[in-house]
Amino acid sequence: MENNILNFTAVQLANKIKAKELSSVEAVKAYLGRIEKTEPKVKAFVTVLEEQALKQAKDVDEKISKGKAVGELAGVPIAIKDNMLITGTPCTCSSKILKNYVSPYDAAVIEKLKKQDLVFIGKTNLDEFAMGSSTENSAFCTTKNPWNLECIPGGSSGGSAASVSSRMAPIALGSDTGGSIRQPASCCGVVGMKPTYGRVSRYGLIAFASSLDQIGPFSRTIEDSAMLLKTISGYDAKDSTSVDVPVPDYNAELKKDLKGLRIGLPREYFIKGLDKEVEQSVKNAIKVLENLGAKTEEITLPYTEYAVAVYYIIAPSEASANLARYDGVKFGFRAHGEDLLEMYEKTRGRGFGAEVKRRIMLGTYSLSSGYYEAYYGKAQKVRTLIRRDFEEAFKKVDVILTPTAPTPAFKIGDKADDPLQMYLSDIFTISCNLAGIPGISVPCGFTSNGLPVGLQVLGKPFKEEDILKTAYHYEKNTEWHKRYPEV
Amino acid sequence: MAKITRKDVEYVARLARLELTDAEKEKFTVQLEKILDYIDQLNKLDTKDTPPTSHVLPLKNVWRKDELSQCSGEIREALLKNAPDREGNFFKVKKVIE
Repeated sequence: MENNILNFTAVQLANKIKAKELSSVEAVKAYLGRIEKTEPKVKAFVTVLEEQALKQAKDVDEKISKGKAVGELAGVPIAIKDNMLITGTPCTCSSKILKNYVSPYDAAVIEKLKKQDLVFIGKTNLDEFAMGSSTENSAFCTTKNPWNLECIPGGSSGGSAASVSSRMAPIALGSDTGGSIRQPASCCGVVGMKPTYGRVSRYGLIAFASSLDQIGPFSRTIEDSAMLLKTISGYDAKDSTSVDVPVPDYNAELKKDLKGLRIGLPREYFIKGLDKEVEQSVKNAIKVLENLGAKTEEITLPYTEYAVAVYYIIAPSEASANLARYDGVKFGFRAHGEDLLEMYEKTRGRGFGAEVKRRIMLGTYSLSSGYYEAYYGKAQKVRTLIRRDFEEAFKKVDVILTPTAPTPAFKIGDKADDPLQMYLSDIFTISCNLAGIPGISVPCGFTSNGLPVGLQVLGKPFKEEDILKTAYHYEKNTEWHKRYPEV
Repeated sequence: MAKITRKDVEYVARLARLELTDAEKEKFTVQLEKILDYIDQLNKLDTKDTPPTSHVLPLKNVWRKDELSQCSGEIREALLKNAPDREGNFFKVKKVIE
């Protein structure tokens, strides 16, 4: 039975719990057992919420046994990236500076999940403050790729991706600023989605780059991601960038067929430097979708090559302002200093890791007097050009298909000493954040070394149903999502 | 081409309130120059007539009513518990004003 529980999708698990074929406590125990066995190898979690999860599960079971109304995913365990607040539990952002921080309130997404009776099984590892593409920047540990423990799981939401891939959780939440959900989903062979900017409230998500950050789901199937997206979406007065538009019933929408769907294939994404096996897997995926009635055409997104440069001005600039709050006064780590200034400098110098410091330096430089126009101002203007690329393209097509990442997961340590090379691993995911559009990564094959490959589907703003539908029909006609890593 | 000196790094670190070790200063001088060099490719583009995008949404400020809302003692305590140093219901720091 335990193995069965781990193989159920979140939707299947919820149905069984509601039908009382299985209790939430049994489901949580199965996953805690799996964590006990697998976590020492994968290291996906910063904190496992064992006691709290069992208590939450018991409460859900009681509600169901009394015939009370419960949410659609009631009783299902979920892993949460450790940059979202859950009242009374540690939230570290995988940083030394927040090592002992305890959340005083719930993030908006957590409040929604609680209302829908989901069970928090643990907080997952990330690159410190979500800055990175490999989880190697975590102050605590590097998460391993469940398909090959010598490889990175991707990042920054590497812990969430690896936990779902290795069946330590059926679903998880991550956050995506430049690809931090989609790239690890691609590396770990799971589904990962970044919704439209403004679709999901950022209240209680520890800020990295506020004009780019967005929370989204991880799962093993599209149906589960659609259900989880519906659960966390919607207007929130506490986030001034939350948009008040209706949330569709994604699970009904995604079953509509693909006949007449127009798919754009941007020529700038099929370039030199793209791994041959990745390219082949994506090309095979395109054929599958064509056979299902979709029409493909080549399109152009001419400013693609500038996206990484724009991102590495805008994101660090916003980060340098957002991270000013870690000053050793109200929360977090404090180093001793003779006066206030020395205390600030030592606290921040010793509390932050190398990548966070590098980005604060880059952002502070771009915003500093004399350089503002040349760097931050320029990057904002080119951001407009990148947005317009997509606006033009979406006049002709409904969705855009690309590889999620240029290569499969690389070896731990391979890019650790070369920040620029690391930044370039986000080359295919960054534009989506700059333009604010939704994107999803769905498994589309394996390399000869057994590493997963991801297909990225990008859509129009607030048309998540289009990309979910495309990915759903692709998944239904392929077998990739049925494979599990032997870890 | 961007040229970053050790002095630039020290100046920016001071602005950002970051204590850096000698090794870090050396490393960041080289790395920031390399990254900014890469970013300089943006200068190939003519953006004279392009408006900036600071945000993808047409943002309006959201106001709430200017009314006091009470913070429960429980929440106050949860917030203060995270403080590195406190005195009663206050955050405690070194003397700021002589």
